[in-house]
Amino acid sequence: MATDNRPLSPHLGIYRWQITMSMSIVHRATGIWLSLGTLALVYWLIAAAVGPDAYAAAQALFGGWIGQILLWTWVFCLFFHLCNGIRHLFWDSGRGFAIKTFYITGYTVWVIALLLTVAAIVLAYTLGGGA
Amino acid sequence: MSFRSPLGQARGLGSAREGTAHWVAQRVSAIALIPLTLWFVISMLMLVHADYVTVVNWMHTTWVAVLLVLLVGTVYYHAYLGLQVVIEDYVHDAWLKMSSIILLRFICILLAAAGIFVVLRVAFGG
Repeated sequence: MATDNRPLSPHLGIYRWQITMSMSIVHRATGIWLSLGTLALVYWLIAAAVGPDAYAAAQALFGGWIGQILLWTWVFCLFFHLCNGIRHLFWDSGRGFAIKTFYITGYTVWVIALLLTVAAIVLAYTLGGGA
Repeated sequence: MSFRSPLGQARGLGSAREGTAHWVAQRVSAIALIPLTLWFVISMLMLVHADYVTVVNWMHTTWVAVLLVLLVGTVYYHAYLGLQVVIEDYVHDAWLKMSSIILLRFICILLAAAGIFVVLRVAFGG
């Protein structure tokens, strides 16, 4: 296939940063990171199926500081991907394409995703107490 | 000049070898994942400090086992569809692209099968 001398689409470098482009790439990045997070889900389910010792080992892993950091990044990514995914579905219905709406919904996704993550962290550490 | 109808072109094998089915499947699985993931996160928050017996009893509940099976299946279907597009966008060598997508498909199906199997094992277990 001859690909020489074809016009190129503009490179990323010429664009001024906009929230719309960051939302797009963060949506993809959170999706990739969540895909890796499914390994933790399957590991947790397998540990529950294997027995009390395996489950205790999984609990220790997720309870340690590395496990906690990983879990909370996945929780944030889930909320972001969920909220921005709903934004995408909204676009698919043919609505929300005004520039102003792009910005409003974009910032709203960040705020809601962060609030939900903080709420989840607070609930996790207050329900039953301790880590 | 093409003699195929617009519908035939949309359904059929253009240069992308697919029509709108992938796009639609991504949206439908996304819609299914909204209630499933919200339910899962709330359940996990309830079970944060639960011991082994509590968690296994939870997984014994019929509707919990059903929802976990649906969650694992839908998550891997959606992850496969999404990661497939990522590979299609960034891997330009045709053979590497095709083999990565087939490998991705195998991994997703393997993990989904393993996840569903262990959920059922706990659900049907003693």
